[in-house]
Amino acid sequence: MVSADDLRKRLNLVPDPEVPALSVLDLGIVRGLRMMPDGCEVDLSPTYTGCPATEVIERDVREALEELVGQGNVRIQTVLDPPWTSDWISEEGLRKLEAYGIAPPPKRSGDKRSLLGLSIPLNCPRCKSSQTERISAFGSTACKALHRCLDCQEPFEAFKCI
Amino acid sequence: MKWDTCDPSEQYLLHLGDDALVLGHRLSEWCGHGPILEEDIALSNLALDLVGLARQYYQLAAKRIGSGTTEDRLAYWRGERDFKNHVLVEQPNGDFADTMARQFFFDAFHLLQLEAIEQSEDADLAAIARKALKETTYRAQHSSEWVVRMGDGTEESHSRISAALRRIWPFTNELFQPAEVDRIAAERGLGPDVQSLREPWLELVREVLTKAHLSLPEVPQKLLRGKSGIHSESLGFLLAEMQSLPRAYPDAQW
Repeated sequence: MVSADDLRKRLNLVPDPEVPALSVLDLGIVRGLRMMPDGCEVDLSPTYTGCPATEVIERDVREALEELVGQGNVRIQTVLDPPWTSDWISEEGLRKLEAYGIAPPPKRSGDKRSLLGLSIPLNCPRCKSSQTERISAFGSTACKALHRCLDCQEPFEAFKCI
Repeated sequence: MKWDTCDPSEQYLLHLGDDALVLGHRLSEWCGHGPILEEDIALSNLALDLVGLARQYYQLAAKRIGSGTTEDRLAYWRGERDFKNHVLVEQPNGDFADTMARQFFFDAFHLLQLEAIEQSEDADLAAIARKALKETTYRAQHSSEWVVRMGDGTEESHSRISAALRRIWPFTNELFQPAEVDRIAAERGLGPDVQSLREPWLELVREVLTKAHLSLPEVPQKLLRGKSGIHSESLGFLLAEMQSLPRAYPDAQW
């Protein structure tokens, strides 16, 4: 008999296709997971509206869970509200991001409504210096920005605070 | 299908989706042509966000319209007159300053519009707005920063952004001129009375222009009816390109 805990363990092995250091659980996008008599139900929250990985994640989650409950027995629902925030990334996820070389998002979403917002100082994920600057608010994927360390001179990516 | 006969609440979703799709498509035209690599990436990111947002509105509209309607059908098989976007968003990219002026004026409006739609009577629509607001804040900060950078930059950048603001300004009045679709949305509690957004919008715009050593353009506004399907000559060309593939090869798969 498959339990919700088994499902969860399996999902912990499903990586985010764009930031493979994180599992979908670390990312905090699995909002619900239920065993049902005829299979299982998963509630997923998309990270970014235009993120092309959303559909890949849905497919990967479906394929992973089908290994446990059988083909055609996984129902996935998209939950928009409340909207996903980078605050939902787990503590472990934040550590994995930094170890992977991506500065984790500061836990302070939702309080930046000024058009001339201040950019938040981040620590360099390599040398840990706090002397860094933002190069661009937009990076290689929807969820990342480009920064540069002024001490070790290395450019680095930062997960956006949203 | 006669799109004008669908329910006014569904037409409101199409209006919102059309703004996002048309502006997203315009921005995607910059891909590979940005002035610097970082900005090329940024413009493509903005485009991606907006096309993603359009999909959410269209998916919801398609579900409600029914009869086999899909998001693709709404994006690729409606004609120019069926599109209810503001004439502002279909304006050609021009130079980088024109693109940023268009983006800046629209982003400031978009923020206020989405803040109002968060309170919509339509829970599905409110959920889309709540999600989109976070990304829209990023876009608005980006375009505002560019306006400041250009206005407060060199003589050349200052004159370019001033000229761009003057060119784009006449298209901004339509944002606050209620069309039928806005009136019904406001009546049904789906979205804001757009006239009420004008003052807060001016306040946001003034704050940024002041910091950029620029002033509000003093040029007359245009009387525009994009939200009723009457567009500038630009939209037809945009749609012809955007829709050509699915129309030439119906049911083509990616």
